[in-house]
Amino acid sequence: MPKKTPTKAAVSKKASSKTKPVKMQEAKDTKEKTMKDQATSKKQTVDTLPLEPAKKTKSSKSKKTLKKEPVETVIVAPVEKKSVPKKETPEDKSIFKINEYLTGRYLPFKIIEELSSKIIIEKLEKKTKDIVERALIDYEKNKIDPAEACGIVGAQSIGEPGTQMTMRTFHYAGVAEINVTLGLPRLIEIVDARSIPSTPMMNIFLNEEYRHDQNLAKKVANQIEITVLNEIAEIEADLTNLMITVRPDKEVIENKGISIDDLLEVLGKIRKTEAKANKDGSITVSLDDPSYKMLLDVNEKLKSLKVKGVDGINRIIVRKEQDEGYVIYSEGSNLDEVLLIDGVDQKRTSTNDIQAVARVLGIEAARNMIIHEAHNTLSEQGLNVDLRHIMLVADIMTSDGEVKAIGRHGISGEKSSVLSRAAFEITVNHLLQAARKGESDGLTGVAENIIVGQPVNLGTGAVELVMKRTKAKKE
Amino acid sequence: MERVNSITKKIGEIYFTLLSPNEIRKMSATKVITADTYDEDGFPIAMGLMDPRMGVIEPGLRCKTCGQRVGKDKCPGHFGHIDLAMPVIHVGHVKTIRDCLRSTCRDCGHLLLNDKQRDDFIDQIGQYAIEGRNINYLYKEIITTARKSDTCPHCGREVGKIELDKPTSFRENGKKLTPTEVREWLEKIRDEDLPLLEINRKSARPEWMVLTVLPVPPVTVRPSVTLQSGERSEDDLTHKLVDVIRINQRLQENRDAGAPQLIVEDLWELLQYHITTYLDNQTSGIPPARHRSGRPLKTLAQRLKGKEGRFRSNLSGKRVNFSARTVISPDPNLSINEIGVPHRIAEELTVPVRVTVHNIEWCKELIIAKYAPSSLEKDYVAGVNYVIKNAEGVKRRIKITDKNAEMISESLEIGSIIERQLMEGDLALFNRQPSLHRMSMMAHRIKVVPGKTFKFNVCVCPPYNADFDGDEMNLHIIQGEEAKAEAEILMKVQENILSPRFGGAIIGGIHDIISGCFLLTNKERKVPVAIASYLLGAVGYKGDITVCDDERIGRYVMGRDIFSTLLPKDMNMRFKSKTYQSLDSEEAFVIIKNGRLLQGTIDENSVGAFKGNILDRIIRDHGMQAGREFIDNVTRLGIAVATMFGFTTSIDDEDIPEQARLKVAEGLDKAMEKIKNLVKAYEDKELESLPGRSLEETLEMEIMRVTGRARDMAGEIAGEHLGLENSAVIMAKSGARGSMLNLSQMSGCVGQQAVRGERIHRGYKYRTLPHFKKGDLGASAKGFVASCYKKGLNPTEYFFHSMGGREGLVDTAVRTSRSGYMQRRLINALEDVKVEYDGTVRQAGGQVIQFIYGEDGIDPTRSLNGKAVDVDRIIADIKEEA
Repeated sequence: MPKKTPTKAAVSKKASSKTKPVKMQEAKDTKEKTMKDQATSKKQTVDTLPLEPAKKTKSSKSKKTLKKEPVETVIVAPVEKKSVPKKETPEDKSIFKINEYLTGRYLPFKIIEELSSKIIIEKLEKKTKDIVERALIDYEKNKIDPAEACGIVGAQSIGEPGTQMTMRTFHYAGVAEINVTLGLPRLIEIVDARSIPSTPMMNIFLNEEYRHDQNLAKKVANQIEITVLNEIAEIEADLTNLMITVRPDKEVIENKGISIDDLLEVLGKIRKTEAKANKDGSITVSLDDPSYKMLLDVNEKLKSLKVKGVDGINRIIVRKEQDEGYVIYSEGSNLDEVLLIDGVDQKRTSTNDIQAVARVLGIEAARNMIIHEAHNTLSEQGLNVDLRHIMLVADIMTSDGEVKAIGRHGISGEKSSVLSRAAFEITVNHLLQAARKGESDGLTGVAENIIVGQPVNLGTGAVELVMKRTKAKKE
Repeated sequence: MERVNSITKKIGEIYFTLLSPNEIRKMSATKVITADTYDEDGFPIAMGLMDPRMGVIEPGLRCKTCGQRVGKDKCPGHFGHIDLAMPVIHVGHVKTIRDCLRSTCRDCGHLLLNDKQRDDFIDQIGQYAIEGRNINYLYKEIITTARKSDTCPHCGREVGKIELDKPTSFRENGKKLTPTEVREWLEKIRDEDLPLLEINRKSARPEWMVLTVLPVPPVTVRPSVTLQSGERSEDDLTHKLVDVIRINQRLQENRDAGAPQLIVEDLWELLQYHITTYLDNQTSGIPPARHRSGRPLKTLAQRLKGKEGRFRSNLSGKRVNFSARTVISPDPNLSINEIGVPHRIAEELTVPVRVTVHNIEWCKELIIAKYAPSSLEKDYVAGVNYVIKNAEGVKRRIKITDKNAEMISESLEIGSIIERQLMEGDLALFNRQPSLHRMSMMAHRIKVVPGKTFKFNVCVCPPYNADFDGDEMNLHIIQGEEAKAEAEILMKVQENILSPRFGGAIIGGIHDIISGCFLLTNKERKVPVAIASYLLGAVGYKGDITVCDDERIGRYVMGRDIFSTLLPKDMNMRFKSKTYQSLDSEEAFVIIKNGRLLQGTIDENSVGAFKGNILDRIIRDHGMQAGREFIDNVTRLGIAVATMFGFTTSIDDEDIPEQARLKVAEGLDKAMEKIKNLVKAYEDKELESLPGRSLEETLEMEIMRVTGRARDMAGEIAGEHLGLENSAVIMAKSGARGSMLNLSQMSGCVGQQAVRGERIHRGYKYRTLPHFKKGDLGASAKGFVASCYKKGLNPTEYFFHSMGGREGLVDTAVRTSRSGYMQRRLINALEDVKVEYDGTVRQAGGQVIQFIYGEDGIDPTRSLNGKAVDVDRIIADIKEEA
């Protein structure tokens, strides 16, 4: 697929493909075809790809589309308006022309885009052919060599700057008000595929009609932020009558957009109690079988009763960003539920909880999120690491359809080679288990071959063509 | 000529199986029954633990099984065995045994599943294998399902509750199961059921997990050492085996004599303990067996496990010959491709050379070269240390001495190998630990130098992360032609100038080299002809140069013209220099036209690593060789300039005028005032809190902001008075060393000290130190250092500064271990990943990770900061052609 630097979790892939002109689609197809050809030439792999992820992505996709339907109508409209008259822009024409010269040869789409825009700026349309040829030569020159140990290089490129990172856990990122784990601890967290990050947070973007209006943004924020009964009302336990009176602060509840009925509904859900509204706006909670202990219990429960908001989200900050309007930042994360709230832009809203992204948006979104998060943690420390290395790590973590950790509980523990596993961690158990299971080690990996003292199957060691000497002698 | 087998044997596959009792007996060279090693005369006891049939350890002695000696013929040793009087459970397999017992019937041995369940599971196993899913969960499910049934679906026996008392005893319904009973039970399990229990019939039977015979490892595996006092010290394994045999014998005797059940059981348990600790001395739940001295014994599992274990220490990493290690020191006169090796090391390390028709004369001369009288006049003459003669298939290694040199030289035959000492131009691998990336090990050309340290060009420090405060590095001499070729093409320093991490140069001018270039090119520097010719000589320039004349200083050469001699003739560039980065005028730009520096100051942005624009361009346009030459020349030029012009920094570089000091003090006072007001506002509850923050947090953040700004202000004021005539400033601005922050801390104000990102707050009750009032929230009470380093810190400031410093130290210590482990995991997870010929990225097993590497198939090393193709360059070139 044409390369897009990964941005927010649910990247608007659809939108981008829509704006693409027809010819590009073709180029993409041919590229995919060549890729398919390449893949099928190596027999075993493609068809053995586990079925599970396919299922998973399907199900999550259907979920996605379901959720997105109301949004799409809003978003798509302006895009089409723009793209319809734009169809004949010089850029498109130039891209079309470039594709013509390419004649099926492959150049990354990002390069084609850049070429076309630069050609227009410099008015070099007539030289397009030369430029494309030059670009192709350069592209071919810069391509990675076969048998390159890109895995090790990638691991080194991410591990080595790790020594230069700070250990300090808390830093202020983006929003000064929210603490986020950064530096080495965060990088380790990403690589570990922790189920819950130590400092979950979300960037909640709003839809077109919400994001420019402070009140509407606040309204969304109010729906997300947890409001506890204690914050909006006085709770009085009446010990003589064994009843509890809840006196909501009118101003506050109005601000938060909570009605008495809402309160009644929430209060009604507490077991073995009954809530009644009084004329003065207060609510009386009576117990089904009154007892002193019960009263205190319920009183405590009421204090921390969630009236409104999304579980897991602790603090909310609404900020006005340039060119964007209002954005909500939250400490704590709950992607599943936040995405369902009206006014939240499902395409751009993101969380740093990678497992949640995998659960809600699917494995590819999780991959993008890993890339995004790892890249941000590294560049925040001023470390420059090529995106391709991070992609490789993200891809290996997600290639099975679930987010797997780097380490003995994830990828290293599932390696097929006994010796490689034994050399990594928990040596003895792996060996005993291998004996019971009757495993065999085909010595295809690096660690195994080093252990038995053979050349490794990477780089110059991957070449299997050998000259036979005896034959020459016979002749 | 010796026939060389170009195709070596390759191990195709390694199978893992359990040893069956029969197999153990079959491979055994002897039964071991005596719990002793040597008799009084020092001879090994027959059928004892050191029986020579299990191999020998003394050189010269012959093994009684294969008749070969240890060293030369390589008798690997042979296993023996101990017949156990009673069966014993293998600790490593207890969990599997437990699962087997839980999911099978004691009477009929069937799996506790009805036929349908069983068939379903078999289908599922097949399905999982096809889909490549993690099958472990399925096996777990099989066992939980089997455990659910109360009676055996096949014979109707009631199923007992099996419990495992760690580490090795089992109970059925609370009644203890003896290992004999367990073994009998396991024997009943049918072969057909084994696949469902994760056991492969081809490699194992469940009852083999209860030991009846114990293999005794060869003597060579557990050699005894003779101490200087003549005493023998046995290996830990031998000690443990002595225990096992002793108890085994007592058990046998007692049982045969019909001793009471209680005694037999006690001995049985003891035998179980000894065998358990023999296998793994760190089993939880039992005390580790100890040596007489109290040290825990290192038994089988400990030998394999962990960082010092066989796998990580001896198999994945090995000790090597032909290597050297010593302290390193800098030498700007060497090329980045070279390494200076001291005489002593060069004489010790060797390169093998096969004697052929073509080089026999040369070899002969080489053997005697060291002992020829003419060699005394020279600093270093390479000689030969050994000659390996190949007489009738037996290799003989002869050491060359002054006495035999002549003789050996004359009798040298074609086909022998001489091990000659290092010569100029040999290739060697140079390495510094920790080896975090591939640039931590690069190939250098050897240059033999006097002294005792390895010397190399300072520009190569960043990839090794080396400095010269006592660092040591390792050198490995390449022994084979194939390795030499690979090192030459792939590992030489010049091939590693570009880092694969970000596709930019990691080797480039540093420190004095940058200062030198700055001095040469900044501000229209005019260099008198005498000095200019020295500089041009330093870089070996031959050719014309423009000489100007000036009445005051005489004939001179423009500094930038001297620098221009290093540039390729076709270079055209324009970029901003680092020194004048903030300047927005035309002067800030470095302009190069047709290989001539027309304007601008050369500094880190031109020749430095990471961001040297000129360096980058030379490598991309003219290749690695040209890049290397450029770095070498810049090094020589930079150092020569610094030498000729002089470049010193000293404490008075941090002097600022009195009025500036007052200004700083004034600014600091203002900041203090601000903080006071903030504190007051906080105490009066007038402070407005930031959204989502408590009042305390808001106050802290505000104060941190004020102190931060105060330090910057002090730095700015100091900076105004420290101009580019100041050496320290030159270094900071040109990017040679240090930063303006360092300078402002030295001459302005050190600033707020922080622990965990907060102002210092720990210490006494309500205050940090007894010098302050309780509850003081002011700047100095919470770690603000208003002094500068030059003026000196007052005692409280010094204390706070130390707190911050300590945090930094702890941070570094923790970080290295954490990041080291992360990197080990990353490498382990990604080590098998490579790019295939079809462009896909795959793991060792062939699973596709990416269909095209990095979404565009571009090598990050060759990319332009991540970009696949340098579009701007192409456009510019095409435009020029047009």
